[in-house]
Amino acid sequence: MTSWFFGDAGVALLVLAIGASTIFARKTFDAAIAFVVYGLLLAIAWVRLSAIDVALTEAAIGGGMTGTLLLGAVARLRSAEPDDTRLGLPIQLATGFCCALVAACLAAALLLLPETIPTLAPAVMENLADTGLGNPVAGVLFSYRALDTLLEKVVLLLALLGVWSLAPNNAWNGIPRLRLYDRPNSTLTFLAQLLPPVGVVVGIYMCWVGANEPGGAFQGGTVLAAMWLLVIIARLERAPSIGQLWLRVGLVVGPAVFLAVGLAGLVLANGFLAYPPGHAKAFIVTVEFALTISIAAVLAMLAAGPPQQVQQE
Amino acid sequence: MSGANLFGMCGPALVGLGLYGLITDPEPLRKILAFNLLGSGVFLIFGVIARRAAAAGVPSDPVPQAMVITAIVVAFAATALAVALVLRLLEQTGRATLSTDVPVREKPDP
Amino acid sequence: MEFALDLFTVFTLLAGALFFLAGTVGLIRFPDPLTRLHALTKVDNLGLGLVVVGLVPQADGWVAALKLVIVWLLVQLSGAIVTQLIAGAIRERGPSA
Repeated sequence: MTSWFFGDAGVALLVLAIGASTIFARKTFDAAIAFVVYGLLLAIAWVRLSAIDVALTEAAIGGGMTGTLLLGAVARLRSAEPDDTRLGLPIQLATGFCCALVAACLAAALLLLPETIPTLAPAVMENLADTGLGNPVAGVLFSYRALDTLLEKVVLLLALLGVWSLAPNNAWNGIPRLRLYDRPNSTLTFLAQLLPPVGVVVGIYMCWVGANEPGGAFQGGTVLAAMWLLVIIARLERAPSIGQLWLRVGLVVGPAVFLAVGLAGLVLANGFLAYPPGHAKAFIVTVEFALTISIAAVLAMLAAGPPQQVQQE
Repeated sequence: MSGANLFGMCGPALVGLGLYGLITDPEPLRKILAFNLLGSGVFLIFGVIARRAAAAGVPSDPVPQAMVITAIVVAFAATALAVALVLRLLEQTGRATLSTDVPVREKPDP
Repeated sequence: MEFALDLFTVFTLLAGALFFLAGTVGLIRFPDPLTRLHALTKVDNLGLGLVVVGLVPQADGWVAALKLVIVWLLVQLSGAIVTQLIAGAIRERGPSA
């Protein structure tokens, strides 16, 4: 048993403990805070599983963006009528037993895997040089399974449409009611003036470096979305009304460019979403940059919520 | 027992915890939290399988990793829609739960 | 030389871990939100700073070392701002915030 084993055991136990405190916390605010901590600890677990791209995505989206969403919801739900109905103890015990059974069966299935399991890694690495990328996960996302990534972007847009459709009738084309800071605060203004330039550079860097090292469009786009939200919350910029043309173009440019490149593949190469040999990296980098802009816009708008205020012209 | 096997037990435990919270907690926001926990447990199971499938010089099979990245983003989109629904329920009825025991404060549609 | 650098890394990492431990104990055991914030600042500044200083000799290339230092500066910036915001909120609404 090496020291790495004890480190892994420590991380796994911490993750379980924080997960349990998320479920069993008394107040919802405590549960939301525990969930953010859980997301960050899980990122460490992903690093120990040698999946660094996933660790970046989990820390950014799973920990950060979901935490923002949930904490905003908890703050608004303080004015709700409390619900004290609880299931009876026998039902709770029975549910606990069945859930433990599910967990035990999953764990047994994982531990009883044979020594060498079927893997696609050799196939990925064999053809990675043709795509011009150095990062195998980026190769899978943008070349081998590019259709999945395109459809995932469309799913994000559909979710945003769903969120926007929850606006009251008179607030259509209005401004999302993101919870702003109560009054202009000099400390928060200082942060919102100092951090976004750094954040934008970090976001663009993460998108650019994703071709050869862990990173990519999703991680970089999340950092950009966070910087935009920070500027809005600190009252340095107003939240855009959802009818603005630049916002809608920004949301759509990612999937549109991706789709255009895919259709171009029908003409230039031998199929939808195929890349012409030798020029694959140029196409992929174009798609990634357009996707970063769209992802930043979509994630920020999803966190901002449905429009509440009427647009003031 | 390697690190991958440790997380291979942690992932299913999280699935069990999330499932328990999803079923037993009456508040919708707690259900959303438990659903996210359940989802991240499933992703961890994928990660363990990816780690065990290491070959050809990469420490972890990239295909399950790409699937998990896609899944994390889609789970966030679903969570955002669910939270928007809960907040709309709060606005319309003044309560954040679907239980019939809690009184409803009807708000006039603007 | 390698051995001296490794020894330096081990000692500074241990010292950093000690500050992390002190900050965590303070977070759990101090009575008041303001005193707990005070304990946490030790973690941000000294704890992470010692860890980064200890890892700089182990980084390959000065660019990687610079990235580590930038991470530490960003954590300090965000930690300081968030501490100010929380302390301001506590001052306004009382310690039950």
